[in-house]
Amino acid sequence: MHRRRFLMGAVAVGFGNTSVQALRKLTPGMIPPPFSRTGLDGKPVDLAAFKGKVVLIDFWASWCAPCVVTIPHFRDWQARWGGRGFQVIGISMDDSAAEARAAAARLGVNYPVVMGDAKLAIRYGGILGLPVEMLVGRDGRIVSVWHGETPPVIIEKAVRASLG
Amino acid sequence: MIRTVWASLLLMALLLLVGAAAEPALAATDIIPASALIQPAQLASELKAAPPTILQVGFSKLYQQAHIPGAIYAGPTNSEAGLAALKDEAEKLPRGADIVIYCGCCPWNRCPNMDAAYTALKAMGFSRLRALYIANNFGQDWVDKGYPVVMGQ
Repeated sequence: MHRRRFLMGAVAVGFGNTSVQALRKLTPGMIPPPFSRTGLDGKPVDLAAFKGKVVLIDFWASWCAPCVVTIPHFRDWQARWGGRGFQVIGISMDDSAAEARAAAARLGVNYPVVMGDAKLAIRYGGILGLPVEMLVGRDGRIVSVWHGETPPVIIEKAVRASLG
Repeated sequence: MIRTVWASLLLMALLLLVGAAAEPALAATDIIPASALIQPAQLASELKAAPPTILQVGFSKLYQQAHIPGAIYAGPTNSEAGLAALKDEAEKLPRGADIVIYCGCCPWNRCPNMDAAYTALKAMGFSRLRALYIANNFGQDWVDKGYPVVMGQ
């Protein structure tokens, strides 16, 4: 439960010495910020294109041990439930695409992965530790957010419930 | 008998509450001794009085989102390039400087940066070196606690 209290409230801070923004946590019921980026495989990845599906957004990195442990589960779920409208999207917080691409290949990732950056992370409430997973329902609204190391069985239960 | 059971349950609940409110116990690594660890609350307190030199030895995208005021980015120390960046920053400091290193990318016992950073700075001869004990991650253990942060480069 403490994971969901992460970033409680808004933290007003100076950004880039020029403006003030807030790290505002995303919570169930909210619509996740849109993004459109080129995937590691060169294909476009647009969150809006997956509306109507159950989408699991996974912020991860190759250096994050808990992330690497969890990814094989996501890979298996994608293979098992992709035909039922389930879609995983990986957002790598690695410094370089080469590191992310190598790790994705090593882990046999079978879903699109894009590179994340600080701006996108801030729009998602701050990715101040990995992993962070966000489940989005078929209605395009956030179902659950998990910050930090989370047992896959907990995420799987939520995915199954959203798939119906 | 029933009173005894209720009293025991009440005592257990109180102990759980106290435990939950306290900061997590410091856990040394094979490299970083417990005596070199500093809790977030202690560092937040020191920021108000006599801030140490703070080096963020983790990942740049974490630092760019939010970091401790005054912290210098010098990482990630899980790579040769990051270790070189740390040593370059450290070279500017007197060996007796009061230094705190931190990361917060991952749970403490899974962090790929802290041991390497501590080892490198110790080898350079820094005698007043401490490591910020971040049990879960920077978000939960620093930002979420309301300790000060700044964003940006």
